[in-house]
This record gives sequence, C-alpha cells and structure tokens, in this order.
Amino acid sequence: MSEELVLTLEGLEVETIYGAKLVDHVNVTLKRGEILGLIGESGAGKSTIGLASMAYARAGCKITGGAIKINGVELRASTAAARRNFRGKSIAYIAQSAAASFNPAMKLMDQVCEAPVLHGVMSRADAEKYAKTLFAKLQLPNPETFGDRYPHEVSGGQLQRAMAAMAMSCRPDIIVLDEPTTALDVTTQIEVLALLRDLIREYGTAGLYITHDLAVVAQIAHRIMVLRYGKMVEVGDAKQILETPRTTYATALVNERRSATHTPLIDPPDHAEPLLSVTDVEAGYQPGTTVVRGINIKLARGETLAVVGESGSGKSSLARVVAGLLPRRSGDVKLAGQSLAPVMGARPRDTLRRLQMVHQMPDTALNPRQTLQEIIGRPMQLFFGKSDSQVKAQVAELLTQVGLAADFAKRRPGQLSGGQKQRVCIARALAAEPDLIICDEPTSALDPLVAEEVLKLLRKLQEDLGLAYMFITHDLGTVRRIAHRTAVMLRGEIIAQGPTAQIFSPPFHPYTEKLISSVPEMDTTWLDHVLKDRPAA
Amino acid sequence: MTLLGHRAPFTAQIGMTIVALFLFTALFGPWFAPYGESQSIGDTWQTPSGQMWLGADQIGRDMLTRLIYGARTTIGIAAATTIVSAFIGITFGFTAAVLGGWVDTVLSRLVDVILSIPPLILALIVLGVFGSSIPVLVLTIAVVDSPKVFRLARALGMNIVVLDFVEVARMRGEGLWWVIRSEVLPNAVAPLISEFGLRFCFNFLFVAALSFLGVGVQPPYADWGGMVRENASAINFGLLAPLYPACAIAALTVGVNLVVDWLLSIDARPSGAQAEM
Repeated sequence: MSEELVLTLEGLEVETIYGAKLVDHVNVTLKRGEILGLIGESGAGKSTIGLASMAYARAGCKITGGAIKINGVELRASTAAARRNFRGKSIAYIAQSAAASFNPAMKLMDQVCEAPVLHGVMSRADAEKYAKTLFAKLQLPNPETFGDRYPHEVSGGQLQRAMAAMAMSCRPDIIVLDEPTTALDVTTQIEVLALLRDLIREYGTAGLYITHDLAVVAQIAHRIMVLRYGKMVEVGDAKQILETPRTTYATALVNERRSATHTPLIDPPDHAEPLLSVTDVEAGYQPGTTVVRGINIKLARGETLAVVGESGSGKSSLARVVAGLLPRRSGDVKLAGQSLAPVMGARPRDTLRRLQMVHQMPDTALNPRQTLQEIIGRPMQLFFGKSDSQVKAQVAELLTQVGLAADFAKRRPGQLSGGQKQRVCIARALAAEPDLIICDEPTSALDPLVAEEVLKLLRKLQEDLGLAYMFITHDLGTVRRIAHRTAVMLRGEIIAQGPTAQIFSPPFHPYTEKLISSVPEMDTTWLDHVLKDRPAA
Repeated sequence: MTLLGHRAPFTAQIGMTIVALFLFTALFGPWFAPYGESQSIGDTWQTPSGQMWLGADQIGRDMLTRLIYGARTTIGIAAATTIVSAFIGITFGFTAAVLGGWVDTVLSRLVDVILSIPPLILALIVLGVFGSSIPVLVLTIAVVDSPKVFRLARALGMNIVVLDFVEVARMRGEGLWWVIRSEVLPNAVAPLISEFGLRFCFNFLFVAALSFLGVGVQPPYADWGGMVRENASAINFGLLAPLYPACAIAALTVGVNLVVDWLLSIDARPSGAQAEM
C-alpha cells in the first residue's frame, strides 16, 4: 500500500430528483492497494456512494455536490465521454447479483473481453489470454474453455467469480465491490471472498467493499466506514471499529453481530405428542426427479424446528410440501394427529387456518393495493365470520401485539419499512389463530438490527401463544437464536436432526461442521484460519 | 391534471380536450343540435350557409345535426362494445392466469381460434346471418375484440399470481372470484385502463368501418362511418360532404390516442430521470 491517493470523494452529495438526500457530505479517500469497507443497513447510501465514485448516479438520482477525483482527475467537471473512459478502465464495479448483471445471450468470454477491447487497453487476443489467466487465478473450472459458456451454464458462485474477472480485465486501479458475496451460500461465500481478496492483493488494486455484514468486511478491509441515512457515522481502522467502536450505532451493529455467534442456546421443551409429524415424505416438481426424500420430522406445540441448508438443499420445498403447495408423492404429513391431504385445495378450511406461512420477501407477500385493515382483517372474516366492528378492534389489537401502532390499519404496505411489513405478515398469520406457522426465511431480507427485533417478536409470540414454528433458514446465527431443534438438509435429505445445542456441538456431521465453520466471524484473521484448516476445494 | 402523481403533458391535455368535447356532444347533443336527426331541410349536398353551417347531406339533411347525433351512436356503440369486451377479456384472462393448467390451455387455444379468423370477415358473417341491430352489433364486435383483452389480462395476471400475497390468499382457501377481484385486478388497473382507451379507438374505427360497408348502424340513425359512405360520391363533384364525418372520426381517434399514450407512459416509465448512459 503506497501513500498515493487513487480515489477521493470530497463532500459528496447525492439526491433523488425529488430532492431527498441519499448521501450527505461523505468524504472518502482511498490509497493505492487499500480496501475500505462501507458498512450500513439498507438505505444507508452504501451502493449510491459506490456508484458515485464512478461519477454515476442511478436513474432518478443525481450527484448534486462534492468532488470525485480518480488519480487526481476531477470527474464531475469532465465530459460524459471522458467519464466513460474511466469506467471499466480505471475503476471497475462488481455487482451483487451476477445473474442479473450478465447478458444471458452472450458468451462469458465476449463479455469479459468487451471492456479492454473497447477501451483500447488490449487486443482481443491479448484480452482473451489475460481473461484465461484470471479464470485460472479465480479457480474456475477449465479456464481455457470456461469463457465459451453462457451465463446460465455456470453456477452462481462461478458467475460471481466471472464478474470479478470481468472487473479486473482492464487492470483497474480501483474496484467497487457491491455486496459481491451476499447472494451466495455461506460455503461458497468464503471461497469467493478468499479468491477476491487474493486477486485484489496480487494486483495491488484499491477497493471499496460494500456490505451489510461486519464479519465479511473484517476479512478483507483495511479500514471501515460505518454509514447511516447517507451520513458517515464512524471511520477507522478495521480492527478499531470491530473491537472498540466509538459511536453508539457502530456499537449496536457490532454487538448484534457478536450476539449472533455467542447467544446461549435454548433448551427444547418436553414434548409428549407432536403437533406436526412428517413421515417418509418424498416430493418433486417434475416426474422422475425428487427434491426431497425420506423426510421424517416431528414438531411439538410451543417448539421451533429450524430447517437449515444451502440453496437447493430442498428446505423451502419441504415447507411447501407441508403447506400443500407442492403435493407429496409418498409418505404422510399429520397435523395434531390428522393426516393432511397432499394438495392444499383438498384440505378443509379449518386445516388451512391452523397452518399459516410467513414468507421471505415481505415486499411481495402483501398486496400493495390493500390497507393493513383489509390484509389482517381478511382471515378473521374468512375463518371466523367476524363482524366489521369485531374485526376492526382485533386488527388494532394484533397491530399492537406485533409492535405497530394501531392507527397503522389505514396504511398500505408501500408506506411501511421492510421490518414493519414483516410484522404485518406475522399479524396476518396470527389473525387466523394458527397452531403452526411456517417461517420461510422471514428475516433474510431484513437488515441485521431489524431482523433481530423480528426474531424477538417471534419468540415472544411463541411464549405467549404457544405457537409452533417451522423455521426455514440458511443463517446459522438465526438458528441459534430461535430454534429448539434443528434439522440440517443436504441435497433433499435430512442429514442431521436433534436439539440445536446438540447439532451445534461435537461430534458434528461433516457437512454441519462445514456449514458452521463457514459463518464468518468478527475476527480479521478468521478467513486465514479457516482456509488453513480446510483442504483446498 | 395529474394522475398517480404524474402531470399530463401538453399533448395529453389536447387529447383530453378533444375527448371531453366529443363526450359532451354525445351526451347533450340533442339539446343544441339545430335540427332533427332525420329532418330533410335543404337540397342534396347544399353548400354551407348561415342556416346550415356545414351544408346538407345527400338527401338534404343538415350535416352538423347529423354529425352531432352521429357522435351519440358511434361513441355510444364503441363505448358499450369496449366495456363488454373488457369484461369478457379480463374475466377469462384472469381466470386462465389464476387457475392455470388445462383451464388456461383450453381458454388460450379457444382465443387462438378466434384470433385466427380476420375480425372484419367474422363480423360480416355474424351480422349477415343475424341482421344488424345495435345489440347484435355491440355483442359481435365485443366478442371479436375480447381475445386481445384476454391476451393482455392473462399476461398481466400471470405476473401477479406468482407473487406471494396471491399464494397467501390461496393458502387461506380463497375462491377464484375473490382472488381475481381483490388480489389481481387492483394491481393490474393502470395498464388495463390504457388498454381500454386503445381498444375503444379500435372499436370505434371498427364500428365506422362496418357502417361504411353497410352492415353497421342502419338508417335513419346517423353515424359517422355510414355518413362517409352515403356521402362518398359527393367527392366526385368536388364537394366536402364526406370529409366532415371522416374528420370527426380522425379527430376522436387522435384525441383518444394522445391520452392513451400518456397513460401508457406512466406505467412503463421508470420513476425518475433518465440515467446517464
């Protein structure tokens, strides 16, 4: 790391075209080879700053103040053509969702070679050669022929690495990494993280690393900037922020992340008769293929069963089988001793009532055209035939119960934040007075502090109402905080099941151990330790 | 005038003025029309004068009066047709989207069959068989037109039924009608309204075309398409008679399109300014 500044943002301000401030007077300096982590919840302006460092603002936003200098050249004063010459060549961008960022109709090699050829940095032949070197460094399979594939022919982790190759194709001075590992599974995440870090170090590239996960940024950043509502909260050395944060907000973030790894585990309640029992269930979408097989689970009243696994492990499919959305092929699902029909449509209304679901994305789980009164009140009318005045009183009661003001009833989902929407989803599930709530990753779309509050609410409701939860998640931190018992899924089968404390202590199933060891810890040396202990993939 | 927070551009304001003017004429025309609808008061194709501002038609009826009454029939039939067609198309389109499976297949193939027959030919056959009265006319055009609404409604519905809130409604055991009316329809209103305007234009031209061919609105009722046909030969003598109803058809079509363009742009446009490319 030299003392030469490659990027400076001075007093950066970004507003929407309606005048709302997204970024308010933010200063960033980046030395050659240095990595700065930008940390904050959604809406903190992290991505906006990342894009603004290329003098770019999303549609609907504009950069209204401050200076953006790359290698001493002020970009805001330059022409659009001059700015374009910097993008890709001097400063490159890695987006969160690789799948959405590649052109599905072009081969990977064509997309990786586009920038160097366009900027005149290399000839096409040289660019291809260099791309293959990068593919090899990023440990992509068959680097010589990898570029001949189309984006849909490679996995998510590979695509994210291909995007890293694309960003590095012009050997830029600065690279903006916008949550590059957030969409990946934990086990894939550390591979990609390690490869990105090594690549950036090898080429001496400076980086802005945007993420909401402190533990991830701890592995890669030299310095960390904590942002909130578009303002800088705290900037400092990575170690200092993680160990001795000065501001209350940074402290809250750090503590939330710590509690995720250190919360004592809950003991399972004694259960005599199971509320939900699933025996030898097998199901699949197309004939001849199965997504879940040989599933046996039991869940008692007042108990939470976490189903964990990576994407594609069949955990959501299992939830859909129980809900009757995906008809099972064989086996049995019993709720309170009664066998449930495989197809939801064949279940009596009272059975439907007793089994409710809370979805992952609160944005799409609520009808944007209905008021909360209509959303929460509907199950009461449908299942219990309550009168309008009863419904109104009970909606107000439920809103209070999930921690919202009673006068929210008149609002529509668009007027709520993500966490509030998820509370409404929970209230709607409660309105049916269910026995069992299937929670399909209810906190994974929420910011950490908000997610923590939602988990607390779920726990409190369980204590008050004796609800049973089937909790689908990929986040082991969440599991430790909410689940009495845990089932680990791998390729459609449950490979380990038992009280959470037991699952999370030795002797582990090898896969469980891999999952546990893949969860980043708030220690700047964690990644090196894990990689040392683990044989190369 | 603003809609969903979007201000109407100048062109849309012109469009709305034109449409409003025509609607007013259609609704209140008889109150201020100078003469009766089929009252013959002048000579054939009499040139415009103080008594008859736009002259007379082929049997000496006042052209302006006929245009005013024509607005009534033509716009009325087109509006009725569009409402019926939208109702059929939206109901079946959403049903196909919500139920899916074989219901969707059967409905979609049925629609393909109707779409494969040229609409004008189909309408001519039906009207030829059943005779041309206004109810038959409305129903025929509505049936011919509804597949296009069906296609749009089904596509819109498909994108909505996959959302989680519809799944929640299904898991609650809601019926088909409730899902369509409360979950799907409110979220598809904006594009459906613009489609409604567009289809109104097509239907209105279709009515005019059928009348021009003689199977549409029958005499003595005035309607613009029929008026163009009746007065068509006047053009041979260098007279303007057929151009007045033709201009009315063109003006309303342009007016409605200006409004619809604006409505469509509201839905398609990302909220905010264009990004710098």
